[in-house]
Amino acid sequence: MTKKVMTANRAVSEAVKLAKPQVIPVYPITPQTSISEYLAQFVADGDIDAEYIRVESEHSAISAALGASGTGVRVFTATSSQGLMLMHEILYAAAGMRMPIVMADANRSISAPLSIWNDQQDSIAQRDSGWLQTYAENGQDSLDSVLMAYKISENSKVLLPSMVCLDGFILTHTVEPVEIPTQEQVDSFLPKYKPEHAFLDPKQPKSLGTLTDPDYYMETRYQLEKAMENSIEVIEQVSKEFKEIFSREYGLVEEYKCEDAKIIIIAMGSICSTVRVCVDDMRERGEKVGLLKIRSYRPFPQEYIQKAVQNADKVAVLDKNIAFGVGGALYNDIKAKIDIEAYDFILGLGGRDITPKDIDEVLDKTKNPVKDVTWIGLKNKGM
Amino acid sequence: MDSIGGVVSNPGSTRSNKTGSWRTFKPLLDKEKCIDCDNCIMFCPEGCINKDHNIDYDYCKGCGICEVECPVKAIKMERE
Repeated sequence: MTKKVMTANRAVSEAVKLAKPQVIPVYPITPQTSISEYLAQFVADGDIDAEYIRVESEHSAISAALGASGTGVRVFTATSSQGLMLMHEILYAAAGMRMPIVMADANRSISAPLSIWNDQQDSIAQRDSGWLQTYAENGQDSLDSVLMAYKISENSKVLLPSMVCLDGFILTHTVEPVEIPTQEQVDSFLPKYKPEHAFLDPKQPKSLGTLTDPDYYMETRYQLEKAMENSIEVIEQVSKEFKEIFSREYGLVEEYKCEDAKIIIIAMGSICSTVRVCVDDMRERGEKVGLLKIRSYRPFPQEYIQKAVQNADKVAVLDKNIAFGVGGALYNDIKAKIDIEAYDFILGLGGRDITPKDIDEVLDKTKNPVKDVTWIGLKNKGM
Repeated sequence: MDSIGGVVSNPGSTRSNKTGSWRTFKPLLDKEKCIDCDNCIMFCPEGCINKDHNIDYDYCKGCGICEVECPVKAIKMERE
């Protein structure tokens, strides 16, 4: 194992190299571009024995990934923002056809107005596609999540594609120390993908992605729902195996000082690092506050969240996305599935900085709530 | 249903999928009136009428083209 200083985009690329996909169709888009560049370099240098397909759009990238996965090989692609929006149609097909594709999404806001900066609206917009979604907090988390994503997605109880979401620029272009596992370690953790349901073999012909009449469609969708349910225990199992080999522990959620907290801040992605520091500061001021990081947004870790907030009075949900009229997506899920008094805070859209002062405001407005959904960090001219 | 993700691993599923179940009206041929012109055979879009003018109700969707094309009105469409 070696530790190197790198961006999260490089960390993702290193993970892909170690996972040995055989087909990599990618289309560059800010802030994902350096992933597509690193992978192209790896393939050109012979570091990855893969077919690198230079497609003409993201719709083609995910279509090629889907087709390649259907032949029974491991595939990887990556995108961001508008690219993910263009993939939308095929994302549903990939999940419905149960293709264990792994994709990195460099979280970026959605136009209009056009913005290249970070929020999580792009992946949230794909929430119901049937993809598993993990939100990484840092570079190491990004690398490890890609490795785990393959093992989870390719499990015969799951067979759903995975999206590893990393905050654009905040992670993708920020350098920090990342530990790169050895190829031997990764090979023992992640053996070759052996497809059972979909592969190319003239001796066993198959039709994939066919028309399904009303006699079959609903059952196929129900299978997908069950696969999403199954993925929870598979993620638990994979996390354990990961810890044994790599000595780093991940779960569906991560609790920080939640046991005796009266107010728990719930968040996803890189903002959790800021909140963790804020929680320490708040605790020094005598506030009983905790952080619950949601790593796995899909599957939705309902039982874990319920258990984490069982001693709390209220939760404050941080959403870097907005479902107009009803608050953020995470807030809505928590309102629907978790029994707790919850308040929502929309913040950090389009790269607006989230400062400790903003988190103080979140705490204050959770203690003395005025409304369910509050936008944090708005300037007057936006009102 | 044992297929994952709608994968069809046994070829020939169009045979097991009896599209005749879509039918609302069923063509009935009066062989006494039939003049053996074979118009119904040629016009049937599903190829559901054989040389002896027997109709394959497993796959006939009941479109009624045979009734229209029959010059002696030997085919009547009847509600299922």
